[in-house]
Amino acid sequence: MSWVNAVVQGILLGGLYALVAAGLSLVFGVMRIVNLAHGVLAVLAAFGAYVLGDTLGLHPFLALLVVVPVMAAVGYGLQRGLLNRALGGGELAPLLVTFGLAVVLQNALLEAFSADSRRLDLGSLGTASIPVTDGLAVGVFPLLAAVTGVVVIAAIGQFLARTATGRAMRATSDDRDAAALMGIDGRHLYGVATAIALATVAIAGVFLGARSTFDPAAGGTTLIFAFEAVVIGGLGSLWGTLLGGVVLGVAQAVGAAVDPAYGVLAGHVVFLVVLATRPRGLLPSAVTA
Amino acid sequence: MSALLEVDAVDVSYGDAQALFGLSVTVAEGETLAVIGANGAGKSTLLKTVAGVVRPRRGDVRLDGASLSGVPAHRRVGRGIAMSPEGRRLFPSLTVEENLLVGAHSRRPGPWALDAVYALFPLVAERRARSAANLSGGEQQAVAIGRALMANPRLLLLDEVSLGLAPVVVAQLYAALPQITAQGTTVLVVEQDVHQALAVADRVQCLLEGRTVLEGPADRVDTAALSAAYFGVDA
Ligand SMILES: Nc1ncnc2c1ncn2[C@@H]1O[C@H](COP(=O)(O)OP(=O)(O)OP(=O)(O)O)[C@@H](O)[C@H]1O
Ligand SMILES: [Mg+2]
Repeated sequence: MSWVNAVVQGILLGGLYALVAAGLSLVFGVMRIVNLAHGVLAVLAAFGAYVLGDTLGLHPFLALLVVVPVMAAVGYGLQRGLLNRALGGGELAPLLVTFGLAVVLQNALLEAFSADSRRLDLGSLGTASIPVTDGLAVGVFPLLAAVTGVVVIAAIGQFLARTATGRAMRATSDDRDAAALMGIDGRHLYGVATAIALATVAIAGVFLGARSTFDPAAGGTTLIFAFEAVVIGGLGSLWGTLLGGVVLGVAQAVGAAVDPAYGVLAGHVVFLVVLATRPRGLLPSAVTA
Repeated sequence: MSALLEVDAVDVSYGDAQALFGLSVTVAEGETLAVIGANGAGKSTLLKTVAGVVRPRRGDVRLDGASLSGVPAHRRVGRGIAMSPEGRRLFPSLTVEENLLVGAHSRRPGPWALDAVYALFPLVAERRARSAANLSGGEQQAVAIGRALMANPRLLLLDEVSLGLAPVVVAQLYAALPQITAQGTTVLVVEQDVHQALAVADRVQCLLEGRTVLEGPADRVDTAALSAAYFGVDA
């Protein structure tokens, strides 16, 4: 029974990882940038929700109504003001710029909030669970996180597949100069992509901050898990990212069931095995993003 | 007829290599101008300058008398300039129909929409759900022209429609041109295929190494002088 339990918990955890990784996957799919500030931005969103809870007493999920649009605006500004410029500077420039941004943000958070650990308080929702059979219960919060992950990935997928803006984004990802000849402003479109990515990062950050404690340095682990989910699934493939998140989550949960110390390690091992045997990931994208 | 497009003494360079030398080109509203020339003559550079992909170092490009300097490529589409670029440049991860829809991104009103493009190129209609990556060269070129038409351009730029295509396919594609100009669209076509160019154009202008070496009405041009100009030998 404990194995079934581990796998079920792992799948749910995977949904959360997919939620965390969705924005990373979108940004990579559309403009081939690996955003190394992705993790810190999630932590920033968690702190945003924390401040709203602390000062106004807002429940973390209500705080999302503020944090999500603010992070989307930050994403648009970040892309237009910083990343679009970096894109003109060669392969390495966006990597260095986002790395620098991560360092600056982490230190700013440290200044503002100290290194103390915090946690977003969900109230009774945090501990509620649904019994499935004897010995197997599913927590309401992990379930909600996983469902949110699936919904976010599906929504981004539908946006790219069905809307005019999503179509223009795929065209720009194929051939930016040809897209300009169609009247598409690549700089604006990239701004929209990063805005969407950071909106999802905001949701992910709040879920992460409610799941366990966080501090200004938590961005590193967050980035690594998101990156592993994206790479396991296949770079540039959204549904691959969901699959990658689930594989990572199950590996961690099963590893932890063997020995609690092996959880994270098992995830890394699976990541390396996938990288060595299927370097393009489990679902390499036929279609971009 | 008033000039719709005026390219006025432009110098264009790629880094240190200059491609156009004080080149001037004028196209009247409703006219079809063919620009011909050998490899590297600067034909594509001319079209890219008009579309705003490259910026002239000197000189000006005007549409309807208004300078386009400082207007980026993506805004020129809204002003009525659409291009089918050299090598077609379809979006391979999109279907044929999605490629056409992307062409309509600027939402310019006009006669061209999916139905009209499908009526013009029935073969494209049959392939509408296919990935643009799985088309023959002729089909790709038809989609590229249709995609440019979706912008309802006043000025249509066609770069080497014939590139790599069998003569019969080229003839089929150019057969669509009268239906395009019938809408009042002005066309600037670039070709290496001189006969095809002369057949469709009102006027022809021959470039050699970034300069005009011959121009005149397509039906009265001296073909011996033209081929001499084309290859840059004295007639
Ligand atoms: N992107 C570029 N970078 C550097 N030089 C270029 C570039 N594009 C064109 N050139 C040079 O500019 C000159 C004109 O090129 P252009 O492509 O306009 O010629 P073309 O008449 O279209 O030739 P073709 O018939 O082969 O298409 C050539 O000498 C070419 O080598
Ligand atoms: Mg050319």
